[in-house]
Amino acid sequence: MKNILAIPALLGATSLGIIRNAGQWGVFSLTALLGMVHARRLVPKILHDIHFIGFKSLNIIMLVAFFTGMVLGLQGYYTLIKFSAEGMLGVAVALSLVRELGPVLTAIMLIGRAGSSISAEIGIMRISEQIDALSTMDVDPVRYLVTPKIIASLICFPLLTAIFDCVGILGGYFSSVLLSSRSGIFFSKIQSSLLLSDVTGGFIKSFVFAFIVITISCYCGYYTHQNQSSAGAEGVSNSTTSAVVQSCVYVLIADYVITSFLM
Amino acid sequence: MSSTTPLIQLRNISKAFGGREILRDATLDIRRNEITAIIGKSGGGKSVLVKHIIGLITADSGEIIFDGIPYSTMKRKDFSAIKNRCSYMFQNNALFDSMTVFENIALPLREKFKFPKKDIEDKVRARIEQLELTEVAQMYPKQISGGMQKRVALARALVTEPEIIFFDEPTTGLDPIRKKTVFSMIHRYHEKLNFTAVIITHDIPDIFYIAHAVNILDEGRIIFSGSPVTLEQSSDPGLYTYTHGHEMLIDELTGLHNRLSLVRKIEASGSHREGRLVLATVRLVGMRTVMDYKGELLAHAFIRNLAKFVHSFLPPQACAGMFSKEILVLAARTGEESTLELFLERLANYFTNLAIETYCHKHRLQVEIGGAVVSDESNAYTAIQEALATSKKYV
Repeated sequence: MKNILAIPALLGATSLGIIRNAGQWGVFSLTALLGMVHARRLVPKILHDIHFIGFKSLNIIMLVAFFTGMVLGLQGYYTLIKFSAEGMLGVAVALSLVRELGPVLTAIMLIGRAGSSISAEIGIMRISEQIDALSTMDVDPVRYLVTPKIIASLICFPLLTAIFDCVGILGGYFSSVLLSSRSGIFFSKIQSSLLLSDVTGGFIKSFVFAFIVITISCYCGYYTHQNQSSAGAEGVSNSTTSAVVQSCVYVLIADYVITSFLM
Repeated sequence: MSSTTPLIQLRNISKAFGGREILRDATLDIRRNEITAIIGKSGGGKSVLVKHIIGLITADSGEIIFDGIPYSTMKRKDFSAIKNRCSYMFQNNALFDSMTVFENIALPLREKFKFPKKDIEDKVRARIEQLELTEVAQMYPKQISGGMQKRVALARALVTEPEIIFFDEPTTGLDPIRKKTVFSMIHRYHEKLNFTAVIITHDIPDIFYIAHAVNILDEGRIIFSGSPVTLEQSSDPGLYTYTHGHEMLIDELTGLHNRLSLVRKIEASGSHREGRLVLATVRLVGMRTVMDYKGELLAHAFIRNLAKFVHSFLPPQACAGMFSKEILVLAARTGEESTLELFLERLANYFTNLAIETYCHKHRLQVEIGGAVVSDESNAYTAIQEALATSKKYV
């Protein structure tokens, strides 16, 4: 009897845990968003976070974008040539990047580079009582630590996505030049086929991804101490892993949902 | 609110973490403008108790009353106002790694109060100079020693000149000289600013000299609340560890009982054993002077040597202990009449040893040995007095 009841009990506990976490994340995110009111005093911190999230990620984003574009060009060329449609390579590369790969890969790269780091930083602040110190000073830790990061992300993610798209298209172009001499058609087809709605859709995604990635990363770090199974350095390690995994999963889910609305 | 009403009242606070009870109906009063010390064993919940006051932890049950208003009925805005009146110095300092020492100290001024930049700099520099941190002002916390980090945390707690300051083990990790400096500084600032201080500490007896009230937290409950003088005079054996904890190492090294445990041992032996109580006493006249003028270590070496000798002939059922700094007592409950003679003879032999005699002459120690088969065994103090009355000078 005990064994039979164990399964529904486990399911119930897990469901309650998920609901509680979702609610806590919602309240946490809302508190951080409300912190944007009177954000003028946070400007130095926002600039610092833009430097960290945006500028310091620039190299890796450009590198990944360039090779992603080249691979797209290469794969696309060998596929399109079967239908004698290699002239459409530019459109294939550009649409893939602008609509889908640009926002998603930028988000995933930023999860690895900035999200994990932010989660670990806040987690360490939690276990070393720095967050408690802010509370005792009557400084709202969420507003002080999370709000500037959200603002910085909402600025950086779309910009980095735009850079990813451009550099990716450039990578596709190089690939195309290496494989065929008809390079002029690459850009002319992009110009005639790429619509503003494609670009807007990509930017909408990057805004949503920015919010998801940063709030989840900050949330996992902020509540490191609630991790029952581990504490201290191990707790920070677990919350960082959790931040990366959850961010990736929710970015991909959100990508599907947004794409289905935009189509 | 009248000045006699405690500023903060904690009533029956209970808190458990993961099923483990940390606080059990802890009740405590913190009086306005006083230094209140909370002492107790490590991991006993002292920090947890104080964190309830500042709102970092919520109690499972119980009530906190601040200035007559219970937290349970308080609005968020009012609680925020309380936080503005308080400052908290964390046990692990809780300094911000990404900020310099200067920025760490300036943080509460920048975030809490809207002082002009110049005022903030002046206030921070004043604290930095007072705490001898000038050389490290532009360094990061990780680049300075633990002791310096402690002083930075202290500077951050004091910089806003709050009404109430919570010090969570402010002297942990500091050398003895700096410990004294920290306590004297807290005392000096208290005299000057008249703030209310709550100090969690293990520094016994140093804290007794500056605290107005002492609270002992044991097994999640406050087992003593009162002045340091009341605590010192208490005969409650449960409090002895806390009041004389610093002397316990000496007791353990010599293997001698302290006054309280000696008395308890003598009185307990009377209740269920056959035979009569035999007491021998050694009065070391001048030992206090040796301690005061020549040092505790010299005196301790002498007592340790004497204790070693006493343990070499003490029968298994007997016990020995220091009744005071100058009186050693040997006690045995026995049916043998010769026990007292054995004690007196052995002790006399010890003190007629040339090296011991020379030592006593050199340090002007006078030794008197006494002993009695006690007639009135109801009170250990009376019994010891009876034995002391028979003392004869040996050296």
